[in-house]
Amino acid sequence: MIAEAGLIALWLAFALALLQLTLVGFGLAGGKQELLGSVRPIAVAQGGLIVIAFALLIALFLRSDMSVLLVVNNSHSMKPWLYKFAGTWGNHEGSMLLWVTVMGVAGAAVALFERALRRDTHMATLGGQAAISLGFYAFLLFASNPFARIDPPAADGQGLNPLLQDPGLAFHPPTLYLGYVGLSVAFSFAIGALLTRRVDAAFARAMRPWVLGAWILLTLGITAGSYWAYYELGWGGWWFWDPVENASLMPWLAATALLHSVTVLATRDALRAWTVMLAVIAFSMSMVGTFLVRSGILTSVHAFAVDPERGTFILVLLGFYIGGALALFGWRVGAVREGAPFELVSRETMLVVNNLLLTVILGLVLIGTLYPLMTEAFGHKVSVGAPYFDRIAGPIALILMLVMAAGPLTRWRRDRLSVVARRLLVPAVIAIFAVALLAWVAWGRIGVLPFFGLVVALAVGAGSIAPLWKRNLRRTPLFTYGMVIAHLGCAVSLAGMACDSAFTVEKLAAVRVGDSVQAGDWTLQFNRISPIAGDNWTALQADLEAVRGGGAPVMLHPQSRFFASAATTTTEAALLTRWNGQLYVVLGQEAEDGRWQLRIWWKPFVTLIWLGGILIALGGALALIGRERRGWQLKWRERAAA
Amino acid sequence: MRKLLIWLPLGLFLGFFALFASGLLKPDDRVITSKLVGKTLPAFSLPAAASDRPGLVSTELATGKPRLLNIFASWCLPCAAEAPQLLALAQEGVEIDAIAIRDARPDVDRFLARYGNPYSRIGLDARSGVQIALGSSGVPESFVIDGKGRIVYQHVGDIRADDVPMILQRLKDAR
Amino acid sequence: MKAKHQRLILALAALVALVGAALLAASALRDEAAYFYAPADVRTKGVEAGKAIRLGGMVVKGSLKHAPDGVTIHFDVTDGKATVPASFKGIAPDLFREGSGVVAEGAFDRSGTFVATNLLAKHDERYMPRELEGMNYNETTHQMKAEQ
Repeated sequence: MIAEAGLIALWLAFALALLQLTLVGFGLAGGKQELLGSVRPIAVAQGGLIVIAFALLIALFLRSDMSVLLVVNNSHSMKPWLYKFAGTWGNHEGSMLLWVTVMGVAGAAVALFERALRRDTHMATLGGQAAISLGFYAFLLFASNPFARIDPPAADGQGLNPLLQDPGLAFHPPTLYLGYVGLSVAFSFAIGALLTRRVDAAFARAMRPWVLGAWILLTLGITAGSYWAYYELGWGGWWFWDPVENASLMPWLAATALLHSVTVLATRDALRAWTVMLAVIAFSMSMVGTFLVRSGILTSVHAFAVDPERGTFILVLLGFYIGGALALFGWRVGAVREGAPFELVSRETMLVVNNLLLTVILGLVLIGTLYPLMTEAFGHKVSVGAPYFDRIAGPIALILMLVMAAGPLTRWRRDRLSVVARRLLVPAVIAIFAVALLAWVAWGRIGVLPFFGLVVALAVGAGSIAPLWKRNLRRTPLFTYGMVIAHLGCAVSLAGMACDSAFTVEKLAAVRVGDSVQAGDWTLQFNRISPIAGDNWTALQADLEAVRGGGAPVMLHPQSRFFASAATTTTEAALLTRWNGQLYVVLGQEAEDGRWQLRIWWKPFVTLIWLGGILIALGGALALIGRERRGWQLKWRERAAA
Repeated sequence: MRKLLIWLPLGLFLGFFALFASGLLKPDDRVITSKLVGKTLPAFSLPAAASDRPGLVSTELATGKPRLLNIFASWCLPCAAEAPQLLALAQEGVEIDAIAIRDARPDVDRFLARYGNPYSRIGLDARSGVQIALGSSGVPESFVIDGKGRIVYQHVGDIRADDVPMILQRLKDAR
Repeated sequence: MKAKHQRLILALAALVALVGAALLAASALRDEAAYFYAPADVRTKGVEAGKAIRLGGMVVKGSLKHAPDGVTIHFDVTDGKATVPASFKGIAPDLFREGSGVVAEGAFDRSGTFVATNLLAKHDERYMPRELEGMNYNETTHQMKAEQ
């Protein structure tokens, strides 16, 4: 009964979305204002129904209902409950249902809480939201029904990809999806504004919290995904420039650009057409990312069940929405007036440069990701890997970081170069000092990119705090703190990346039980190897004793895991975190002579990469809270005055 | 100029769209084909995987009559989808032997009870050793073996209903 | 006039950035994109030493040798037409065996040995035939039936 109820809820939500779009269409185009009154309640009801459908699917997974095909294919009664729960969205149908659920909730929130926007733009936005949802409802109902039954019920499930059997899975995909879908709201806003030809500061202020929210979640999602790949894949790397990773990075780059341009639009009423364009691009990248991941047209180290037929469906949706939005843009943007002018030396210009560089990186990543597809169309098989991306993204990102340090120290509208230069004095001195110190300590031992990465990280770290210099800290608005912390997070993360690639010590050895290995400052004693059993896996586990410089020994247990239900082996790296770095140990295979392969890394300050990511997200959250609070305060003041 | 710029994104997108479409519609040819066709089966001896069928020894496969060697597993969903086609082949008089990959006897028994048992002998390959020796990279896969124990044809993936005549023809040719 | 002037400068900067980016991408792709080669392609076309490529084929039976250091392996890759010697230092994937398919990333050294930096063994047992979507299994007739 649960599955049928879920399917009914899904159909009802689909019908309501159709009704919502129709009402908005007739209400706005046909001029029937009275139709618009019921749009908001319908959006809320649609959100409620889809939440119910998703909750019912979770219930099916938790109860291990083996009469439902999706549960059979992706779950197992022996699985710990957390993975049953996470298994709900660890598959194609479930993740698509999660997608529309988040969209429905976001639509309901736009309907309930959005007050700043003009009524017609608000309605057009809800119409756009309904139009996007409709496509995904249709996709679920006609091409990937999550509630399909099998008759007779299966004895037990097929399990879940063991690589995905990890606490990270419980939070990583939903966070990313929330971000993607948040961008769909920005997209709907852009469509609404294009339809009503109202692109102005008020529109930007209404859109900004959604962009910020989506961006925070994308940041967290990418940070978590990076850490997950780092410890789960056992290759010691934290970013592989894999298509699936790029699929999450590209929306983030677009959202970061949008976040900054929307601020220009909200504060100075400039960059109107560009901001609308970016909103379209940001969501387009989310959809392209979903398409690349789900269609399997690019080969990836991350395993997903792929299906070309579904890929076709997503491609049709993608072509319809993005093509439609870009056509609408071409048709309507001529009607958007030019925004306010600004001087060449001004914060606006800095933000334009920021947008330009981010867009360039985005374009280069997109080209690199799709290049194999392009050449394959001409019969050549090619893979584009880390060397390409490092070479193009690295230098541009460093320039971008420098602009990031200078931007907040430049005034809106007009500033003088000499004054900006004077404000940048302290960071510049630190940079010169860092160059001298690094050249003295490590010249020739580390690469060019990590070298400049460290220098820029130090300079930008100092530069990002500079906006607080000589200010009354108690009267500084919360969103300024948000910006400072987010920019500082970028510097922290960059420092971690540079330290990792500059100072990592790697050791690959074949070791007999009882022997010890030296890796950097660490000595690892290989005590024994023993089989152990988990919930649905067995493993060979090594017991290692790690000692550094006469300190207390710490036990490490890297494993080679074997999952019975899917016949797959995974490596479980052992991690030892210290304040100044991480020791990373992977157990390999047994050689013929009884020695075991061990791969050991000492990665100084590598944790800063993810700490920086968290700081960036925290900064975003502070900015969001600060802006919203300011909005409410202004409203109360107006109300009190009236 | 400005007009051109406005329509540029749409043009770019249409280009990407065409690229995606062509990538999707192209048949997938990323599989590396087996070089074992024409070679004699590797030697192996596997214990019984099911309660009511004997195990499998490679020398028993050279019986003078062509046979089908099916690689399957009870945990493999496509194998269940393949079962009716194998039953149909068995009804046509084809002798089918099997290797169960990374499996356990109770699971295999349950699988056969559910989906039918077209097999004469079933060997258990608990660690995929024989599977890998056969150059098979997944389940299900099937090999047409001639009377001298040589591999005549390797079928990667499940045998679909429209593959059945082709398999029968291959078996006839192997005579 | 002045505003127009500045717009022009910005537009020029954007143009320079875009053209620069395109040139950068083109040169980086030419240098860094790894082409896929089978051993026969290597023999007929030739691959210069040091160029990053992907080499795909089968690991030749009996060619796998472990070096005394315990972490380096030597093996031959074949596609039936040609054979190429290869080596790899590191932890090989579980499914990397003699007689199985492999895709190796790396480059040739001057002696003509392919030095792999990464081994990908292709193995996907959870692949699902398209026809199984929305199908029911009938136990008595042993037939798959489409759901109504």
